[in-house]
Amino acid sequence: MKKSLARWGWLFTGPTVLAFIIGFVIPFVLGVYLSFADFRTVTHSTWVGLDNYKKLFGDDVFLHSLWYTSAFAVVTTVLINVLAFTVAYVLVKKFRGRNAFRSVFFMPNLIGGIVLGYIWLLLLNGLLAMWARSITFSPEYGFWGMVVLMCWQQIGYMMVIYIAGLQSIPTELLEAADMDGASTSRRLRSVVIPLVMPAITVCTFLTITNGFKMFDQNLALTNGAPSRLSELLSLNIFNTFYGRPGFEGVGQAKAVVFLIIVAVLALAQNRFARSKEAIA
Amino acid sequence: MIDKLRRPWLWTTVFTLIAIAYLYPIALVLINSFKGKVYIASEPFSLPDAESFVGWDNYVRGIDLSDFFSSFGWSLVITVGSTVLILACTSMTAWWIVRMDNIYAKTLYTTFLFNLVVPFQMVMFTLSWFADYLGLSNPFGLWIIYLGFGAGLAVFVFTGFVKGIPYEIEEAATIDGCGPVRTFFLVVLPIMKPAVITVAILEVMWLWNDYLLPYLTLDLKNYKTIPIAVQYLKGGYGSVDMGAMMGVLVLAMIPVIVFYLASQRHIIRGVVAGAVKG
Repeated sequence: MKKSLARWGWLFTGPTVLAFIIGFVIPFVLGVYLSFADFRTVTHSTWVGLDNYKKLFGDDVFLHSLWYTSAFAVVTTVLINVLAFTVAYVLVKKFRGRNAFRSVFFMPNLIGGIVLGYIWLLLLNGLLAMWARSITFSPEYGFWGMVVLMCWQQIGYMMVIYIAGLQSIPTELLEAADMDGASTSRRLRSVVIPLVMPAITVCTFLTITNGFKMFDQNLALTNGAPSRLSELLSLNIFNTFYGRPGFEGVGQAKAVVFLIIVAVLALAQNRFARSKEAIA
Repeated sequence: MIDKLRRPWLWTTVFTLIAIAYLYPIALVLINSFKGKVYIASEPFSLPDAESFVGWDNYVRGIDLSDFFSSFGWSLVITVGSTVLILACTSMTAWWIVRMDNIYAKTLYTTFLFNLVVPFQMVMFTLSWFADYLGLSNPFGLWIIYLGFGAGLAVFVFTGFVKGIPYEIEEAATIDGCGPVRTFFLVVLPIMKPAVITVAILEVMWLWNDYLLPYLTLDLKNYKTIPIAVQYLKGGYGSVDMGAMMGVLVLAMIPVIVFYLASQRHIIRGVVAGAVKG
């Protein structure tokens, strides 16, 4: 079987691998190389060593956006997960309309970031107009505007994952806890939360990487205003590439730093999930 | 985890209120899409009245300014074509990787996993150049680009599923005289149906809404997708025609809501399956 399988390898892997080389491998390798180069176009570049990386740490707008993005990712991760878990915890119980509520909470996920951004731009600017302000009044306004938007978009997604986790808890365990006289909060702390830990790990990872990677909503809602202070990392990288001629190399170096941050998060999640599995 | 609540009607009431608040932003856009642009800016929270009501004007102007139907068509071509191509190619690759399990297969798998982690910004500049260089800056070229850049997730979900398929079934097919190709298409692929649906849902949700990749790779003079058309309405110097914008936002949401209502069960299941594997 394996022998004939090997003979058909070109058919089974060929198209995917070819597209993968075009759409990922070559651009990626070129990208890593260009982060050490000075260039305007991909074909005309000169090697400059670590220059781009040195410039990057003198770039105040970038350092600000790094900090701003980290704060954003942490705040949204905590809020989304707490709220999504709470909603899921109630919506696994039986009461009229719970399926309809689940549908409503999930729906914003399917709407794209650009469209979402403009929906919230209307609402938030409408509200802020009452105080004669707008979303671009200060970076804090943009920050909380994006937090609200992100929560609205993602609570439903995480809720769905938490509901699946909660439903997989065997009823006997909860009954046993009740018989042992555990209070509701004790039961939540000692039985429910440990058992939905895999869901918590996945959701935390998803929300934190989504926070770091967010672009569309940022572009539509504030586009970095005022004076690039509400720029998240992705938008900052984009603007370095396409808004500042001569800084393409720095943009590419920023992208590498961005990749390292996201990769570290992914590795941490993987480690954490495995250690939990080992205990269970 | 099935519990009864003490006052179910109370929870129903509370959640009804929350759900209404949750849908309010969408309703607000819908309401404003029937108002003149001056009124959208000055009093966004009022209902249209005799003075501010403009009928379908915003929709007509929005469709005209954004070239909505052409964008809708290209979005559809890109999303459907890429999804079908991704499903066809990566399901084969994933099965081959699991069953072959040699060094080549393992290396491939690791590279695909790595692809899953890499943010688009990393390849944004080089990919848009390379796509243009190869003449792939059109909706059909994007099928290949998306297959390449999106292969990681699909391969990952498929391999996870294939590992759970008992090998004996395929052995039986081989004994009956099926080669790998027939075994895959006649025996394995039908078993993979749930995973195919999961991947299809995840891909559609991503592709339909993706903004940056098509924005950077497509030849924008000839082709736009819906997110690009919406962003174009904003124009260069902050001069937004809010009326046209509202109309287009509503139009952009209609296909999404129809898709959601039609396949909600699959979407929820796909999200859960994708998350567990992730």
